[in-house]
Amino acid sequence: MDSTAIIGTTNKKGQVITDPRVMMNDAPRTPSFFTGSEVIKEAVRRANVDVMVAYPITPQSEAAALCGELFAEGYIGDYFRGESEFAVMSQCAGAAFGGARVFTTTAGPGTMRAMENFPMWAGSRLPIQCIVTCRGINSPLSIQPDTIEIAYLMNTGMLVWHAETAQDFYDWILKGYMVSEEPDVHLPLALCCDGFFVTHTKDVVELTPAEMCLPPYDPYRSPVPCMDMECPPVRMMRDPFVMKSNYISYATHASWQQEIWAAAERSRKHTIAWLDGLIDVEDGDADILIISSGTAVSQGREAIRLLADEGIRVGLVKIKTLRPWPEEELLEATKHASHIIVPEFNVIGWMAKEIKATIPNSNRVVAGPRVCGGMTLPPEVIVEEVKKAIGMRSGVLAGRGG
Amino acid sequence: MSLDYVKFTPGFDTFMPKEYRDMVEHGPFGKKTTVSQMGSFKEILEEHPMCAGCAMTLFIRLAIIAFPNPEDTITVGTAGCGRLAISQAAIPFVYGNYGDQNGVASGLSRGLRIRFGDKPKDVVVMAGDGGTADIGFQQVLHSWFRKERFTTIMLDNEVYGNTGGQESGMTTRGAVLKMAPLGKKFEKMDMVAMAKIAGCAYIATVVPNNPRRVESCIKKAVLIAREVGPTYIQAYTSCNIEYAIPTDQVMADAKTVEDDRYKFAEYVSEDAKAYLAERYGYKEFAQKPVAAVTTV
Repeated sequence: MDSTAIIGTTNKKGQVITDPRVMMNDAPRTPSFFTGSEVIKEAVRRANVDVMVAYPITPQSEAAALCGELFAEGYIGDYFRGESEFAVMSQCAGAAFGGARVFTTTAGPGTMRAMENFPMWAGSRLPIQCIVTCRGINSPLSIQPDTIEIAYLMNTGMLVWHAETAQDFYDWILKGYMVSEEPDVHLPLALCCDGFFVTHTKDVVELTPAEMCLPPYDPYRSPVPCMDMECPPVRMMRDPFVMKSNYISYATHASWQQEIWAAAERSRKHTIAWLDGLIDVEDGDADILIISSGTAVSQGREAIRLLADEGIRVGLVKIKTLRPWPEEELLEATKHASHIIVPEFNVIGWMAKEIKATIPNSNRVVAGPRVCGGMTLPPEVIVEEVKKAIGMRSGVLAGRGG
Repeated sequence: MSLDYVKFTPGFDTFMPKEYRDMVEHGPFGKKTTVSQMGSFKEILEEHPMCAGCAMTLFIRLAIIAFPNPEDTITVGTAGCGRLAISQAAIPFVYGNYGDQNGVASGLSRGLRIRFGDKPKDVVVMAGDGGTADIGFQQVLHSWFRKERFTTIMLDNEVYGNTGGQESGMTTRGAVLKMAPLGKKFEKMDMVAMAKIAGCAYIATVVPNNPRRVESCIKKAVLIAREVGPTYIQAYTSCNIEYAIPTDQVMADAKTVEDDRYKFAEYVSEDAKAYLAERYGYKEFAQKPVAAVTTV
């Protein structure tokens, strides 16, 4: 199918199918004051989604329910509530196997319950988009913001992006489909944000016109056959590899796994074009850098303002995509830095570990400050960490530690 | 399906593998084939790695022959012996995760309906007793309660055969198997009753030693699932390895089990009866004309 032929026609709801670059880059934007959950709804309204499957779990329940309203209004082809996150992700897989554009949302323990599906999605090259509104997963129970689940998602083969703001969220939901549905990528996208901080706070977001929508998904651009019996009959497993202990079975699995990760790498060029780079750098030649993703970036930005008031110059690197990981970009951005502070909203410090594994002289990296379980990350705590790193005594939080 | 896909590209016919040539020239796509004609046409499933004497394989072959529209049928399954055969068939087979076949089928069926509207795209789940009644139980039941329009077939060998002979929920009480060293402590799960409670429009229990009956049940189940609601077939497909049934006794065992706990039973909802009669001309479900009243 010539995908340009449908530009300018309308979908079932009467929205004009618009060239995505025109829609995202040139179309007029209207400032709107919305919660993150409402922003998810507004992005999906314009995404020409065929199937959405929902399940309640805090803090994504509101967004999932709002998408139900979109279905009732006729913007989504089919919508229903599954019976658990594992079931929801299986139902999403089925719809995607059948050639539908699929959207879903989950969070925290739901992400973990669904986890078996994510490598299967990637292995089956299903370009499903899953919003992950991160929250605590460990015992004792926490429903509060915490990004630890991202550490698990990063090893599934999915594309993983981490939005800082509701505006990121809005743009990236739409751009995400454009990247993950590229024939040389064709992978699922976990589009993450920090639960509550983004989903439940209101912000001014610049929206594209509601009468414009993305072109529909074309399943025949997939690198693997669509399971609709319109293609020549295919087998997901031509030979039952799993039962054979021989070199062919090992090589088949291994080469396909390498292809999945290669596909994620191939998403770089599309992602760079859509997101204007995998990272954003502010004042990058400063001797001290704060590097993080999600709302930890916002807190870092505030800390930089406080430090500037004291005459301490600190740069900022905002990581937008975790998979693919911006290795080259980070090597370049950090080559002059003496101190790299990595604030995070999780106990294990996965971001600091990734950065340490990427750059030379990793003793420059301060793996913190870190909070978890819903604790806030005041800029003053980041300020203290910066001062400690450069050998200054901090008066801001005197008495904390040595 | 565009049947053009099951043709030779001009100039390539003499170079295609014999398997492919046989499928094009003697296969069932676009034709009406029946189990009575087995041996006279190229089956969608022929080669497979199953054990000698496997009743499950025979049943799967019969079931696939019975599909009313194989050129527009997609099968879904999960871990277990059955998928080792089904994945060899010349129609698509989707394997998602352990026990999520009815979830995958729910999404697949809905996605295909959005894309193809009224054009029938039959979705058929074939999974084992462990996949259906144990690990997949929640998704199976919920797909039925949601009235998802596809067919679920349980290949019930009353054991986890593929992993080496462990007890399943469908094992009969008292059977000594791996993970049941003192014998199974509870009854075989009554999935037929649950299918009825959950609202399946068609339910049947069958054994493979009556091919015509298997064919009839599968055909009805797939047709009803197109529009009326979920359908369920529970088939006894013994594991001659784990239950030590001599190869030449497999059919005799099926007959014994049929007489014991697998008597043929068929439930057809009133809606399904009317649908089969009106849409597909099933005379046995047609409304009988009201008898003429004669007065003396």
